[in-house]
Amino acid sequence: MEVKAENIIVIGGSAGAYELIVEILDHLPSYFKDAIVIVLHRNSRYETKIETSLSKRLKRNVISIRDKLPVLENHIYFAPPGYHTLVEPDQLFSLDISDPVQFSRPSIDVFFESVASVYGNRCTAFLLSGANNDGAVGIKYLINHGATCYVQKPEEAIINTMPLAAIKASDKVIVIPNHQIIAYFSQLL
Amino acid sequence: MAELKGSNEINFNEVEEIVFLLKNVSDFDLSGYTRSSLKRRIQRVMNLEGMDMVDLKNALINVDGFQQYFIQEVTVNVTEMFRDPAFFNKLNKDIIPYLQTFPRIKIWSAGCSTGEEVYSLAILLKENKLSDRSFIYGTDINSKVLDVAKKGIYPLKKFKEYSDNFNAYNSTESLSHYYTARYDAAIINKDLRQNILFSTHNLATDQVFNEFHLITCRNVLIYFDLRLQEHVINLFYQSLALFGFLCLGTKETLIRHDIMQNFKVIDKEFNIYQKIK
Repeated sequence: MEVKAENIIVIGGSAGAYELIVEILDHLPSYFKDAIVIVLHRNSRYETKIETSLSKRLKRNVISIRDKLPVLENHIYFAPPGYHTLVEPDQLFSLDISDPVQFSRPSIDVFFESVASVYGNRCTAFLLSGANNDGAVGIKYLINHGATCYVQKPEEAIINTMPLAAIKASDKVIVIPNHQIIAYFSQLL
Repeated sequence: MAELKGSNEINFNEVEEIVFLLKNVSDFDLSGYTRSSLKRRIQRVMNLEGMDMVDLKNALINVDGFQQYFIQEVTVNVTEMFRDPAFFNKLNKDIIPYLQTFPRIKIWSAGCSTGEEVYSLAILLKENKLSDRSFIYGTDINSKVLDVAKKGIYPLKKFKEYSDNFNAYNSTESLSHYYTARYDAAIINKDLRQNILFSTHNLATDQVFNEFHLITCRNVLIYFDLRLQEHVINLFYQSLALFGFLCLGTKETLIRHDIMQNFKVIDKEFNIYQKIK
């Protein structure tokens, strides 16, 4: 059944974030009401290997976003490499091949900004480990639109550049350790 | 709301206002374009020009040449030679042998931007000794990018990536075979630029203009909403000869459209379809 998600949970990560993302997904309940969308920097030559291997591991369909797919509840999505991912006001994903932002395509900033204007306070964001500043501007947009934003505790991030940049960008982010991030997802309804 | 430094954020209502205004004062109709992308691109123009909404509307109505500039900046013009090398492999292996059976091969690259894909197709045809009996039409809404396409001159630094793409597609030849480098520019060789015509065409409003055996339109539909996509795909259907091929981008699909029943899927990964009725 295709029901568009009322609320969206977005996760941005880069170098050093993948293992935590796998752990998060491992702890998800079999049903949850939100849509989970993950933007992870990766090389476009490895296309959809992550989605395929996670689908097997989790025994559920992990979706690589395609043009105009609806954002559905109880679904896990990954932004495809080589494109920016955006969300339309009618809650369909849309893709964009304009230039990389901060050397990144997908850009976490571009995605977070788009999500902010469509979902506002119906969005919860997590920003994890990474070696650049992507996500900090996006977090600022999300906060301005009433979203709740969590940032991985820099001491626990494999590479802390990304969390530190986000913490610097806004004093309203909530810094949390890994076990609390995992607990958040395991308790989703 | 707190100010973001150096950035103008507009809301979706303001995007609608601009679309409505532009439709009334020009030939450009952006009503079928995805709003998330438009919003981002309009904000970008406003930031580049240091404009607020009032300035932007004023410029769209009163400043000579601004509408053309605006369209140029709002539409996305990103393209490469041999983007998705595996797609070109597939074309070469499975589609070209079929096209060879037609006495004349007519190809349409729709939304071709600065023309790199058109020249990639021209190389493919040349490699298969089909240049003399084929013709490629490259069209775009934006006349500025077509001026670049017609010249066939590109910054040399881009050819590093293009060569990587080309090598992934064809490991025996070298892309340098097809262009001449001068200082920091590369010009596509003259023989490749024959049998090509670049012309403006607006997919949203213009009609069928010829019959084709192959239409490529990759990463253009992503900027259109489902309704405009439907319209454009119908236009492609009407423009294709029976058993002609349609190639879309790797993240685009025909599957959600009714016209799909008139096509056969040739390649699911690269979204290559054949018109079968």
